[in-house]
Amino acid sequence: MIEIRFHGRGGQGTVVASKILADALAKEGNFVQAYPEFGVERRGAPVFAFIRIDHQPIYDKSRIYNPDHVVVVDPTLVEAIDITDGLKDGGYIIINSPKKPEEFKFPDKFKVFTVDATDIAVRHKLGTLASPIVNTAIVGAVVKILKLAKLESLVEAIKEGVPLKPEENRQAAIEAYEKA
Amino acid sequence: MKKVIMGNHALSYGAMLARAQVIAAYPITPQTQVVELLSEMCADGTLNAKFIKVESEHSAMAACLGASMAGARTFTATSAQGLALMHEMLHWASGGRMPVVMGDINRAMAPGWSIWTDQNDSLSQRDTGWIQFYCSSNQEVVDTVIQAYKISEKLMIPSMVILDAFALSHTYEVVEIPEQAKVDAYLPPFNPPYRLSSDDPHAFGGLTAPEHYMELRYKLQKDMEKVPALVEETGREYEKTFGRYLGQVENYLCDGAELVFVTSGTAGYTARVVVDELRKQGIKAGNLRIKLFRPFPFEQVRTILSKVPKVAVLDRNISYGHHGVFYQEVKSAIYRQPVQPAIFGFIAGLGGRDIAREDFKEITDYTLKNNRPQEEIIWIGVKK
Amino acid sequence: MSKKKDDKRIIFNSEKEMPLVAMSLGSMLYNKTGAWRNIKPVIDLSKCIKCGICWKFCPDTSIDIVDEWPQVNYDYCKGCGICAEECPEKCIVMVEEEK
Repeated sequence: MIEIRFHGRGGQGTVVASKILADALAKEGNFVQAYPEFGVERRGAPVFAFIRIDHQPIYDKSRIYNPDHVVVVDPTLVEAIDITDGLKDGGYIIINSPKKPEEFKFPDKFKVFTVDATDIAVRHKLGTLASPIVNTAIVGAVVKILKLAKLESLVEAIKEGVPLKPEENRQAAIEAYEKA
Repeated sequence: MKKVIMGNHALSYGAMLARAQVIAAYPITPQTQVVELLSEMCADGTLNAKFIKVESEHSAMAACLGASMAGARTFTATSAQGLALMHEMLHWASGGRMPVVMGDINRAMAPGWSIWTDQNDSLSQRDTGWIQFYCSSNQEVVDTVIQAYKISEKLMIPSMVILDAFALSHTYEVVEIPEQAKVDAYLPPFNPPYRLSSDDPHAFGGLTAPEHYMELRYKLQKDMEKVPALVEETGREYEKTFGRYLGQVENYLCDGAELVFVTSGTAGYTARVVVDELRKQGIKAGNLRIKLFRPFPFEQVRTILSKVPKVAVLDRNISYGHHGVFYQEVKSAIYRQPVQPAIFGFIAGLGGRDIAREDFKEITDYTLKNNRPQEEIIWIGVKK
Repeated sequence: MSKKKDDKRIIFNSEKEMPLVAMSLGSMLYNKTGAWRNIKPVIDLSKCIKCGICWKFCPDTSIDIVDEWPQVNYDYCKGCGICAEECPEKCIVMVEEEK
């Protein structure tokens, strides 16, 4: 079983990102469980989303305390909160950032990856620089880096699950997948 | 067709597949997305039903009752304080023998104001004469709604299909959406033995003198007693068509176990994972998940637990001044057995506090260490 | 509506004979709530305009329309006075019961 925690801010589509990923994985016959932070969401406040992935039915309904990997949708959260809280040794940290991985100071037991999802999103006219909609781009990168699913499954999931700007979102995901 | 959906929408899909004809709901907190999707389905024609927006949960149930009496298949959903506000109408539904099916998202009762899960809202309605099903997965929610209509309409007793807030209601899982044609074959249209009709006028619910009232209640109880057998029968029938069996309880490795957890809701699935872990450590654990709570599956619980030395009942609820509600039920089920297990009553996860695998370890340690419980209630995770 | 109601009490000898719900148990046939009344409505039909408002407002459906004219069913009228209050022509007066 793989457990992933997403960090974002309310309004960025972090929960949608986990849902798209779940859709893509389910298409390949995986069992998935995706859930948001259990609470009230406020625009701009730090939010979480979680996903469990397995090749057999998932019975564990308790919360994820020790994720295998974390995905940081909003780079400002790296400074604001401890995104490595409970992260397993050897875990991947995937950050939406124009910086290089080595510019982040995390313990050596974690592996850092970056993808400039904001740039990709803005170029594909998904939101604005101040408020980019990065979820499809970030999921494109996550799928590639963690080798979770085929690009086609993700593209299919976006086509079905993203009502607005499906073509732009598809392109953003593909670009992020290829760059990651 | 496989679909990744949240628990709230699992209820909506269940109602849609059952072809609910009238849906009445109060759309504001503590309501969830259950009726949001249903209202969309009614608006875009996916579901041919009348959606009635009302001013309160009490009215939502009242509207369902009127429609049910007129012969329509009805659905509503609510939570916590909303369910409490319906209380009076719940008695009208069961006493009037109207087979409404309702989704309840288990949310803790305020104050303090909470949108998180525990079972006190639905368990406070234990004695209203409703059938209660507790679900542990989104798949089970869809399947249970369909089966609930079958049982309710056969016996003319309303049903509540219950799931944990967030832990299931907002959790996305892969669900096999049953085929409409197969559901139609399993669940024929609602055809009540009596209904409000100007062609055959009757007065319903009128003054009932002592010479008649008790017999009506006797009949309700007698029909309630038929539920367990009907759950088996309709469950097997469902399994034949859809390949999934819905029983009164789920017996996971209880036979020959030295310790059995009695659980419900999402904790009932986490417990399975814990049982697997304990078995790897050489502890013969089992999990008895209660799916049907009212009527209580006494027969099955008695049979399964009477061979077990130790039973740990996990309650995500409390009857103040007494103890956990499932604990009471289990003790009462075991009462007449010649050999009785030691039964331990644990309370955990109130107001949405997570019931983690670690909490089950604590429960296991306590139960294995003590021959008898040292206190009536063993609290898990209270910051003392 | 002027048909005389059968006021025989319905008695069931066992639960098996009974309906599943409190349906037409017949209680209202013998439980004539008109006996609770202290004041009764009397309609002056010479002023009545046959608007039907009294019929519509009566909370106990105790005003029947017979050949277009309102007629109080004193078996069930509890004397609440809503008809007299609502009548636009003020042709209903509440009169003290004599018994």
